[in-house]
Amino acid sequence: MDLVTPDIGLIFWTTVSFAILYFVLSKFAWKPILGAVNEREKSIKEALAAAEKAKEEMANLKADNEKILNEAKLQRESLLKEAREIKSKIIADAESEATEKANKLIESAKNAIQTEKSAAMKELKNTVVDLSLDIAEKLLSKELDNKEKQLENIQDILDKTNLN
Amino acid sequence: MLLRFTGNFSLIFFLLFSANIFAIPFEKSDNSKDFDVNEMIMHHIKDSHEFHIMDFDGHSISFPLPIILWTDNGLVTFLSSEFNHDDSGKVIVNRKNQEFVKYHEKIFYAAQTGEKNIIYDSNGIVINKKPLDISVTKLVFSMFISMILLALIFIATAKTYSISNKGEPTGLGKFTEPLILFIKDEVAVPMIGEKHYQKYMPFLLTLFFFIWINNVMGLIPFFPFSANLSGNIAFTFVLAAITFVITTLVANKDYWKHIFWMPGIPVPMKLFLAPIEFLGIFIKPISLMIRLFANISAGHIIVLSLISLIFIFKSIWLAPASLFFSVFISLIEVLVVAIQAYIFTMLSALYIGSAIEEHEH
Repeated sequence: MDLVTPDIGLIFWTTVSFAILYFVLSKFAWKPILGAVNEREKSIKEALAAAEKAKEEMANLKADNEKILNEAKLQRESLLKEAREIKSKIIADAESEATEKANKLIESAKNAIQTEKSAAMKELKNTVVDLSLDIAEKLLSKELDNKEKQLENIQDILDKTNLN
Repeated sequence: MLLRFTGNFSLIFFLLFSANIFAIPFEKSDNSKDFDVNEMIMHHIKDSHEFHIMDFDGHSISFPLPIILWTDNGLVTFLSSEFNHDDSGKVIVNRKNQEFVKYHEKIFYAAQTGEKNIIYDSNGIVINKKPLDISVTKLVFSMFISMILLALIFIATAKTYSISNKGEPTGLGKFTEPLILFIKDEVAVPMIGEKHYQKYMPFLLTLFFFIWINNVMGLIPFFPFSANLSGNIAFTFVLAAITFVITTLVANKDYWKHIFWMPGIPVPMKLFLAPIEFLGIFIKPISLMIRLFANISAGHIIVLSLISLIFIFKSIWLAPASLFFSVFISLIEVLVVAIQAYIFTMLSALYIGSAIEEHEH
């Protein structure tokens, strides 16, 4: 029974001791220790949050970059397309222009040829007329001498005449 | 600053008392009696007015402790060595015209009538008058040592936190911080809740380390340790009472409502539950008190019983087995004392947590 009867003296000293211990440790140990621990936990939490935020920002930045890249790609493609269009247009234009010019040249050449030809024909006609007159003159003069001789002469003259 | 102060204090304290060791007159102990295991064990697990260190050559070497009495004639103090190791009420110490005797580690006024100093009633119970005894006994002395150790350890721990380390502990702090964080993260936060736990952290930490260090000191089998403080009902009573007082003081309306008028059940059940719940208020701290007291006392009793086997069988050949088992039990006890300190703290936190819990309904 003695064992389970609390002793007044020990109750008194335990109460006093616990109270002293509580106040001393609270003030000089628990307060600084828990303060440091909480401070540290807070800073860790903050650091984690900051890291999370940085990660998010990175992701945003990456998305932005991708967007910009895509835009740039699209732009490049459209530029290239445009360039190709311009090129083919230029080529087509040049071709048509060249054709036109060639056609014109051909036309003018044809014209010139025609003109030359008609001039040459005129000249030829004149020459033929002259020659015919000449032949006729000679023929007439020869025929008057000899019919055979006259034919020979005509042949001779024709041979000698260059019909150019 | 305080560290130096406590350092000096402990040094003075130690010198003050240790000087007296050599002043104790050696006295022949009574060898005629057989070895009484029961008496030895009970003597060990109970309180004492002197700190018995060892028996040497038939003499008892003890560390005398101050006896402080509040008597009819005021405060009386003297050293327990004045009783000359007497515990049977034979030696009388005279102070302020009063005679004191020590009988079974209790201080009585010596009986003025008759030949004997101690008088019994018919049941063999001492009926001498008793002064109010607030002596620094073996257990109180042991408690003071534990307080000094705790103060030294944790003030030193607090000093290891410096700004240059970014709140990281060094040295001793690396050992003690996980324990503190354990109480915080495994006891206080889950039991009391994120919102309120910080208010109770100093109490829970003090409680846990106070119980634990005294448990561990009780396991160390030599002076100035080995006292069975946390296996004393007065000690556990005070700690449980503190938990009870805190629980009762901080309890909110919901707590009382759940005790006297449990919501959500029919009225007859409410009436039936109210007295049970009301008793529960007291049973909870009483269970705390008895659990710690019984566990620690039992540990001491088992270890001492195993050692006593040698003396019971009066054979040295039993010593290896007896020693093996007592070492084995001691190792288990190392675990048990930590668990008991943890359980006491955890249940205290649980009771406080249930008192301030905010119910959803």
